[in-house]
Amino acid sequence: MTAYALRRLALAVPVLFGVTVVVFLVIALVPGDPALAILGSYATPESVARLNAELGLDRSLPARYLAWVGAALTGDLGRSYALDRPVLDEVLERLGPTLILAAAALTLSVLFGLAAGVASAVRQNGWVDRTIGLALLLGVSTPSFFLGLLLILWLAVGLGWFPTGGMSALFGGGGVVDLLRHLVLPAVTLAVVATAILGRLTRAAMLEVLRQDFVRTARAKGVEEDRVISVHALKSALVAVVPVIGLQAGYVLGGAVYVETVFQWPGVGRMLVEAIGRRDILLVQGGVLALATLYVAINVVADLAQAALDPRLEA
Amino acid sequence: MSVLVRLARQPFALAGLALVAVFAALALAAPLLPLPDPDATEPANRLAALGAAGHLLGTDQLGRDVLARLIFGLRVSLAVGVAATLAAALVGGTVGLVAAFYGRWVDGLLMRLVDVLMAFPYLLLALAVVAALGPGLTNAALAIAIVNVPFFARAVRGQALGIVRQDYVAAARLAGFSDLRILLSEVLPNVAPLLIVTAATTIGWMILETAGLSFLGLGAQPPQADLGSMLGDGHKVVVAAPHVAAAPGVVVFVLVVGLNLLGDGLRDALDPRMKGVESGAPQPATRVERGMTGAGSGPNDSAAVLDVRALTTAFATPRGSFPAIRDVSFTLQAGEALGIVGESGSGKSVTALSLARLAPTPPGTIVSGEVRIGGADVLGLGLDRLRRLRGDRIAYVFQDPLTTLNPLMRIEAQIVEAIRPAPGEGAKAVRTRASALMADVGLPDPERIARAYPHELSGGQRQRVGVAMALANAPDVLVADEPTTALDATTQGRILELFARIRRERGAALIFVSHDVGVVACLCDRIVVMYAGEIVEEGPARVVAARPLHPYAARLIACAPRLGQPDKSLAPIPGAPPAIDARPDGCAFAPRCDHAVAACRAGPIGLEEAMEGRRVRCIRWRELSGEAA
Repeated sequence: MTAYALRRLALAVPVLFGVTVVVFLVIALVPGDPALAILGSYATPESVARLNAELGLDRSLPARYLAWVGAALTGDLGRSYALDRPVLDEVLERLGPTLILAAAALTLSVLFGLAAGVASAVRQNGWVDRTIGLALLLGVSTPSFFLGLLLILWLAVGLGWFPTGGMSALFGGGGVVDLLRHLVLPAVTLAVVATAILGRLTRAAMLEVLRQDFVRTARAKGVEEDRVISVHALKSALVAVVPVIGLQAGYVLGGAVYVETVFQWPGVGRMLVEAIGRRDILLVQGGVLALATLYVAINVVADLAQAALDPRLEA
Repeated sequence: MSVLVRLARQPFALAGLALVAVFAALALAAPLLPLPDPDATEPANRLAALGAAGHLLGTDQLGRDVLARLIFGLRVSLAVGVAATLAAALVGGTVGLVAAFYGRWVDGLLMRLVDVLMAFPYLLLALAVVAALGPGLTNAALAIAIVNVPFFARAVRGQALGIVRQDYVAAARLAGFSDLRILLSEVLPNVAPLLIVTAATTIGWMILETAGLSFLGLGAQPPQADLGSMLGDGHKVVVAAPHVAAAPGVVVFVLVVGLNLLGDGLRDALDPRMKGVESGAPQPATRVERGMTGAGSGPNDSAAVLDVRALTTAFATPRGSFPAIRDVSFTLQAGEALGIVGESGSGKSVTALSLARLAPTPPGTIVSGEVRIGGADVLGLGLDRLRRLRGDRIAYVFQDPLTTLNPLMRIEAQIVEAIRPAPGEGAKAVRTRASALMADVGLPDPERIARAYPHELSGGQRQRVGVAMALANAPDVLVADEPTTALDATTQGRILELFARIRRERGAALIFVSHDVGVVACLCDRIVVMYAGEIVEEGPARVVAARPLHPYAARLIACAPRLGQPDKSLAPIPGAPPAIDARPDGCAFAPRCDHAVAACRAGPIGLEEAMEGRRVRCIRWRELSGEAA
């Protein structure tokens, strides 16, 4: 297991390298003159040149990449000129709320997605299966930004059960209960699409497993059907589903952009949208880099979980 | 054409097609429709409600007609979605084709690039691209296309890898065709269906995500509007005038539902293989629908541990339901060993599996007969009583122990699971029993094997584990379904010795299913020969093996290899057994039989009591056995 974990970690290194290159290039190749964008169109050519030198923009691309990555490794992601504070500080402050939201949504989608997929597969082609199948298709097709609006109108404005948006600080604010009240609607909104994708995949994986000979063996041994489904079939299906849970983390982190905007959730997603509007390029760069790194880490964990489930993968 | 037919058979796909067609027609016809100017503001008439005069869906915060904006917004969203999908398909398809065709470092490089793109959370990369290029509808669509390129590239490469290894591609290379020509004329047509399916199943996503970027204010910029930016505008007045946001929201949702329904339908229609995976995971027990025919006739043999009467199991096929086994009757006395032999497809495994209702449903249904184990009719039991019977009174050993053991469970857990603890028997005592079982079946070093996973054992060891599980509760009937077929010859011999020893020491009644008459004759007391789902001969094993009465049994025995007679010429039976939906009227073996006469094909032939303890289903057995003698 340790050897497998080390190998899997080693595989993440080139991916992370690629991620930094892409993040760097996307921003480095921005059309137009960043210094001009920062200083405004009334800047003198001298001050533009000075700022370019300050930002290191007069050097070659590889040199700039190395400087940028070196600084990033020491935690220096530059300064947000609009907020006038270090990018790292802002990103870290926004990361907490996004993690809470994404973790809640992912948990919901795993619970409901697995349950829907298993229930659907066990009653394949019956009315339960058809109903769940249709619900999952609707789920996959849901624009979360619209669903969020509907939930606000209905459950927050209409019934007043939940706040319309915002988030109180975990410490010093309304405490855990208040945090949960603020969390329910955004987390549900964010979970819908991931639930639907996981549900469809779980159904397919379960059907595949239920056809396997070892399931027949378990039944021939007289194992209770609940146990056949939960221990024999579901565990095997999870080998296929767990990596996809990791991938769903990507949809959840990306979809957080919409949900945080609709619910005014103070996370990285909303920060990115605001930063793009202000052309605060370094802040965008830092936010994207942070979420992408997090995503790579989540997928490493998902692969390790898969290996823990399936002893054949360790070899 | 068959693709369209398969598509038309799916009601959901047709509904999706109808939705998409309506939306596409609306979008195309937008300039021709009698709609107000979507950009004409009317400040006096802001946020008019649904059904307001001249504004069916009301107006937005600038007094613009929502319906007109909706239809023109739909036009923009659809156009952008189609363009993004085509771009992603073109670029992704090219990357996938080139990677598969050139292989080596080209493949490595391109796929690493694809991996890196996929290492970003979906949408986040799109945000970064929009951040770099600046907000705008074209840039947003471009960004969405870029993040979807990897899906196309991976899918196309996967399929193209198989195609570039085909002979006709090699032939085209040898013929000196250019790479481009080979790619376009040989490879592309074969990946085209996949490309269409991928496009059809992702276009909904792309429309959704482009609308999302517009919603965030990063896509369409005023005065241009798509459904997403309309939703974003409506967001600002959502409490005062929900309809402004609801109209585009509902349209995006229904449009994407329609596209996804159609996409799923196309996928199933173009890729029947995927539909095959879908068709039917087996139910916990074979369905029993005995209907009017009811239970089998004749007196029950109360002394027998197993009494099978007129058992018929039908399989559903696209052309209707046909019996896979019909009217199968036999008994098994305590301690007796019965061999069931026949070619593959003869129904011997279906017979064995039907005894404890393990034949898969779908496609199988037991339509008549009776199976009595210790007096109870198995086919009439509820699921829970059936479950308690399985593994306790009747236990199975299956063919390939690699697939029949759970790959994710340690051996000990799988054996423990088979053991029914006595009342008050603790977990530790059960583990001791598991260990004793392993020793019983000749597994060396039980402690090590207990902790092992199936893939860590040899084939013979795995099959011993299978036997140990079957013996766990000292069953009355042990059913072995081709237990040695998947093993090499030496191991086969050892496992057969194990079965012989179990018979001697335990006295359990055994049903041994095999295609190998020689093995069955050595191990079993009696033998049942099956052909095309029917018993064609039954009798004492050694007698049947030495002097078969049925021509099929004779041919089957003639083609069995004999140990120590390597030079004996093996005479395979020409032809193949009939498919279950193409069974002839009379004797099912007649088309392959050297002795068939017109009477053989005239009508059903009964199983006749030939002599004491022997039955045969052949109208000519008397004269033929006279000939043979």
